[in-house]
Amino acid sequence: MSYGAQILRLLPEAILTVFGVAIMLADPLVRRKRALGYLAVGGLVVALLGTVLMVQQGWWGPAFSGHILNDPFAVFFRVLFLLIGLLVVCSSFDYLETNAIHHGEYYALVLFSIVGQGLMAASVELVMIFIGLEISSIATYILAGFRTRDVKSSEAALKYFLLGSFATAFLLYGIALIFGATGTTHLAEIRAALRAGPMGPMAAVAAALMFVGFGFKVSAAPFQVWTPDVYEGSPSPVAGFMSAGPKAAAFAVFLRVYLTALQPVEGWFWLLWVSALLSMCIGNFGALVQTNIKRMLAYSSIAHAGYVLVAFAARSELGVAAVLFYMAAYAAMNLGAFIVVTHFGGEGERHVSIDDYTGLGHRQPALAAVLTIFLLSLIGIPLTGGFFGKFYIFQAALKAKLIGLTILGVLNSAVASYYYLRVIVVMYMREPAPTSPPAARVPGAISFVLSVAAIAVLYLGIFPGDVLQFATRSAAFFR
Amino acid sequence: MPGNVPITHYLFLSTALFTLGVIGVLARRNIVIILMSIELILNAVNINLVAFSRHLASVSGQAFAVFIIADAAAEAAVGLGIIIAMFRNRGTIQADELDLLKW
Repeated sequence: MSYGAQILRLLPEAILTVFGVAIMLADPLVRRKRALGYLAVGGLVVALLGTVLMVQQGWWGPAFSGHILNDPFAVFFRVLFLLIGLLVVCSSFDYLETNAIHHGEYYALVLFSIVGQGLMAASVELVMIFIGLEISSIATYILAGFRTRDVKSSEAALKYFLLGSFATAFLLYGIALIFGATGTTHLAEIRAALRAGPMGPMAAVAAALMFVGFGFKVSAAPFQVWTPDVYEGSPSPVAGFMSAGPKAAAFAVFLRVYLTALQPVEGWFWLLWVSALLSMCIGNFGALVQTNIKRMLAYSSIAHAGYVLVAFAARSELGVAAVLFYMAAYAAMNLGAFIVVTHFGGEGERHVSIDDYTGLGHRQPALAAVLTIFLLSLIGIPLTGGFFGKFYIFQAALKAKLIGLTILGVLNSAVASYYYLRVIVVMYMREPAPTSPPAARVPGAISFVLSVAAIAVLYLGIFPGDVLQFATRSAAFFR
Repeated sequence: MPGNVPITHYLFLSTALFTLGVIGVLARRNIVIILMSIELILNAVNINLVAFSRHLASVSGQAFAVFIIADAAAEAAVGLGIIIAMFRNRGTIQADELDLLKW
């Protein structure tokens, strides 16, 4: 295959790289930084069109000596990452201006992070997976500390960076051991080698070490410690981005590596089982006592990682499809909630306490209404995407005879409804206090993004069929 | 294998370096030293990869090690930048004084 034909398998990533570099080059020349934001939006739209073209023209299959595999699974995640990128970039314009940190590299970093995520979703070889993971992570470390004058933001970036590179080092050690045990880094060849030969302890140790690395990236317990701190300190749109994009990308490689390469190593099922239970419990009980809405959403993000791990533990095609559907629904609802937090926080993110939301339903009914939609979806109320997400997860778990884990998961979602409903109660059933922050006008970009996210949540809740069908087709890699 | 050094010796060295790195990350308080300990773990990985590569007569392990060296450089650049931003805002780089966000 010619080089050009191979690069077509990575068309969205190639387009985003070009736009990211163009933004970096244009940054010193352009005074109105919002124009660079529009350039980033343009890049994401072109990359989406590129993905559509890729599907229409049938540019599927392996490329770059089998390191890249362009299958429906990869396309599903790339479309998701690009849509997440669009929502994040559009919601950042006004945030960056209010906080006087409007620099062009913000947009370039978001694009580069999405490039890394796309590579992760499309690679079937451990070196490529590692490189994609690092492209995505390094860009996100910088984004976490983007409010350079703010001590909390620097602290969040530092914690994320130190713990993140520590976890990556574990992942790498695991990869080195699996290379030693099988002599290859291609996922399919690793599986063949593990099936053929007698399996030494090295493969099991490698599976455990890699679990640390991936567990950290998806913020699954017991590797979740960084999540609340980093989400609280990072700029709100970045926290929303981290909870949607890098997390979904980490789940994509997590699924691919464990369900193909390490599938013959049976022991990791119990790691997954324990981690799923711990994540749900720590996330939900941790969220109960939070007073800062960003920390609450961070704990809820740990809990949702736990639900996804339940579907993962099913180790079936149904389970993979449920994970994919859930990642899409979760991206829409959680990003939506973070965008409301972004807007409401105001200059310097002063209003991030749950008490600040007192009486919001009376003062800004529209803003309160969309936040309510997102929170109801996070609970899993019918007619929202979160309901079908949970439904498919527990259905897949039951079909795989994971009765205990399913019961514990459902009990956990009952606990979770308490802290989401608390925000809704505060918004609607209390009168605004005189100390409440003044109602700020919702800028056009934010209202656009919020309506898109709300429509996506309702669409997934009322017509889940199309996305589920796409997810089911993408899950076919696991056979 | 040439030189008659069996692979287990390399694995032992690499495991020792890995353990030293992990202890360094968990026990030291100065963030620059924590960063150095992480580099130590990455070098343990490199030793493993090169030793396996030689043992299995497959060059891909060495290629991987080169990628890890490049990535460690990128990570160190970003990490030191973040440490400088932290020092400017806070005046300290001791890990136990990072307490604005409760752990």
